[in-house]
Amino acid sequence: MKRKTVKQAFYTSLPVLAGYIVLGIGFGILLRNAGYGVLWAAVMSISIYAGSLQYVGVGLIASGASLITTAATSLMVNARHLFYSISMIDKYKGAGKYKPYMIFALTDETYSLLCDGKAPDRVDANLYRFLVSLFNHSYWIIGGIIGNLLGAVLPFSSAGIEFSMTALFVASLTEQWLATRDHVPALTGLLSTLLCLIVFGRDSFLIPAMLLITLVLTLLRGREEGAK
Amino acid sequence: MKTALIIAVMAIVTALLRFLPFLVFRSKTPKYVSYLGKVLPPAVMGMLVIYCLKDVTPMAYPYGIPELIAVACVAGVQAWKRSAIASILSGTLIYMVLIQLVF
Repeated sequence: MKRKTVKQAFYTSLPVLAGYIVLGIGFGILLRNAGYGVLWAAVMSISIYAGSLQYVGVGLIASGASLITTAATSLMVNARHLFYSISMIDKYKGAGKYKPYMIFALTDETYSLLCDGKAPDRVDANLYRFLVSLFNHSYWIIGGIIGNLLGAVLPFSSAGIEFSMTALFVASLTEQWLATRDHVPALTGLLSTLLCLIVFGRDSFLIPAMLLITLVLTLLRGREEGAK
Repeated sequence: MKTALIIAVMAIVTALLRFLPFLVFRSKTPKYVSYLGKVLPPAVMGMLVIYCLKDVTPMAYPYGIPELIAVACVAGVQAWKRSAIASILSGTLIYMVLIQLVF
């Protein structure tokens, strides 16, 4: 069972492999251009492990930002992780010794792979979720190191490869859409965020969007629970 | 030294955000939070899709056409094959071809 679990976890993590290596390389290059070597890249990717914050973090480090600014920026950029954790509370119950690491490593991409709460047949579900988290983390670290060491000497034009992350979220959304007849939550997420993007602009729409989504889903609670 | 501190603050705040809900709802998950746990995943995926597409310019060239084609490809292949690897690979390749060779 253990071998099958490892194999399944690796297979599940494959879509993130390409994306994390590429995004990690992007981060590694950015950090190198700011004057920080491979050790810094590794430390950041291991300890922070949050893509968008690490990109923003390069700027914070380079400009010597204050710790208050750093904390506030981290809060704003990563507030959405509260959402992920809330929806995994029940699913991560009983994960035992794996649980602290699984919570620490709950990134956007890992969340999108595990949030449906399903695990393949005949695998140890907790070990499976732990390994998916661990594999993804290692891709991210390796990407950052490669980018920092090799810089901009890639042999082919990789322009557009960052779309793999968008594709991952579109694929997850499609899968969730097909798995249920209740499309209200998905539509709430899409339309609330689109509305906030139009109203607040692309630099500050994410937190209003999260508030609006929570509000709408709370108001729809009676109706949604009645439908189930 | 300052750099190490900045990194530490980013790591601690991020970990706090991830751990907070698990620590707050330790003993018993309130019904409302369980409800949010069920309806949030599709809503958050919708949010992330829009977030990824925030820099698309529907009113200016190339009018978001590469993104539209690639997103349609991902959703279509996913619905057809039910395989994340197939849909993500094909969508990303099409997107790369479109922005490097066509637009």
